[in-house]
Amino acid sequence: MTTFDTAIHLVYLAAATCFVLGLHLMNSPGTALRGNRLSAAGMAAAVLATGAVLVRDHGITVWAVTALTAGAAAGAVAGLITARRVPMTAMPQLVSLFNAVGGGAAALIALGDAVQRSQEAGTPGLQTTITTVLDVLIGGVTLSGSLVASGKLAGLVPGRPVTVPGGRWATVLLALATAGLAGLYLTGRTGALGLSGIGVAALAAGILLTLPIGGADMPVVISLLNACTGTAVAMAGFVLDSSPLIIAGALVGAAGAILTKLMADAMNRSIGAIIAGGYGTGDSAGPAAAVGAGAPVRAITAEDAALQLAYAHKVVIVPGYGLAAAQAQHETVALARALTERGVQVSYGIHPVAGRMPGHMNVLLAEADAPYEQLKDLDEINPEFPGTDVALVVGANDVTNPAARRPGNPVSGMPILDVDRARTVIVIKRSLGHGYAGIDNELYTRPGTAMLFADAKKGLAQLLAGVREYAA
Amino acid sequence: MSPLLMADITVFLLSLLVGFEVISKVPATLHTPLMSGANAIHGVVIVGVMLLAATATTVTGYVLVLIGAAFAAMNVTGGYVVTERMLAMFRPRREEKP
Repeated sequence: MTTFDTAIHLVYLAAATCFVLGLHLMNSPGTALRGNRLSAAGMAAAVLATGAVLVRDHGITVWAVTALTAGAAAGAVAGLITARRVPMTAMPQLVSLFNAVGGGAAALIALGDAVQRSQEAGTPGLQTTITTVLDVLIGGVTLSGSLVASGKLAGLVPGRPVTVPGGRWATVLLALATAGLAGLYLTGRTGALGLSGIGVAALAAGILLTLPIGGADMPVVISLLNACTGTAVAMAGFVLDSSPLIIAGALVGAAGAILTKLMADAMNRSIGAIIAGGYGTGDSAGPAAAVGAGAPVRAITAEDAALQLAYAHKVVIVPGYGLAAAQAQHETVALARALTERGVQVSYGIHPVAGRMPGHMNVLLAEADAPYEQLKDLDEINPEFPGTDVALVVGANDVTNPAARRPGNPVSGMPILDVDRARTVIVIKRSLGHGYAGIDNELYTRPGTAMLFADAKKGLAQLLAGVREYAA
Repeated sequence: MSPLLMADITVFLLSLLVGFEVISKVPATLHTPLMSGANAIHGVVIVGVMLLAATATTVTGYVLVLIGAAFAAMNVTGGYVVTERMLAMFRPRREEKP
């Protein structure tokens, strides 16, 4: 090993260290920003070191340099513009889009490597070919799957589970075709062409697998796809024998796997059942016909609700998907601030799956300047409900259903926010429509619960106006 | 199995374990920035595309490098910028503390 090689390897090692430490600093909101910058510095170092290798080796052709710089410039500009402009509510689809292109790039590396090898004499060893096939397969599924997920989150693709006629059979056929082509490729009977076939099959499979998954399952799906991209990048690292890719890929794979598990647990569903899809109506609100059905509920006017809030000692706000959909985070925080100014103790009880991606609700509330000390997760907030005067539920449904404590219904065993243990509960909701589990919420018919039938944004604005009146 | 592959597998497995260990402590508040930050880290795939470019000699190879570079660069720049934007909102606001 020459001095130059040693130096490059040390830079790569330092970059990998930066990635690990950067992730470690994400443990607390106070240090997270530093963590991201450290990780970015490691990335810059790795890119510069690789640039130095290319310059020193002289092997690269002028056309390759042109393709590399032109592509990188275009991609960097596109990434910068979208990242700066995106509103926080649209964050999940953007993260999903970045995930798609990452997976796509990983798959292209394996494909490009195979194209190049076919120009040279000698056959690559099994260790290269196996990882090449895995990279193209996982990267391809991630590329198209993340694009569909991104489309669903952005509303470009219907959020409800879309069943493709014969979709399951098509998936099986694709799997068989992939297995066949992989066999041919591994035994050296086909080259880059067969590999492209695997890529096409993987792209089709990604679409078929993601379309039937409902919009409400998206936090799990994007976590899973994130793990897939990490794995694909690690495979690309095996193909190129590049340790930064292997390390970073494995780190991301682990992160995605943990989040997938956390999200699936928080929804009380197995990962397998989510991938099988077809569950729930996803984004859409329940049918309007459900209003007034079943047991009687107590409606409340905005004035009365504001009075209760204004004279409470302790209020817990429980935001849910409806708040994110109505983009009412600013109204929520304005109300919380008005209450805090009156001396009311306010906190937010945030369920792990509130929003459209893991932790999305926290980002929305942070954007609206909610102090993060007030943001409490499930385990922190649940013991506080018995001492709470008013629990204000905004656009959350299944995650507050006390039926989850009993066995024998679709939400059984799901971790819920114990809002029913608060002295009174006020629910802001447009109608009595079902949540995505498709069952009645027993919370709404309890004697201590009052319903404020309104759109989240309008209802909160009315409450705020009401509270301000009492402040005068 | 070659010693090279053995070393690669070792690195992969240990990184996976380090990842589990480091990330399982991240609070739910930071899950979105964590995912977005992890997303930016897999933008390291740009290094892979650069290494691929070093060996490309055919038109197909150049086209693959072009698309791959665009994808990877979008991933890495967008990922870090968006994470930075998100985390900047998570600053503590002392004046609002009681």
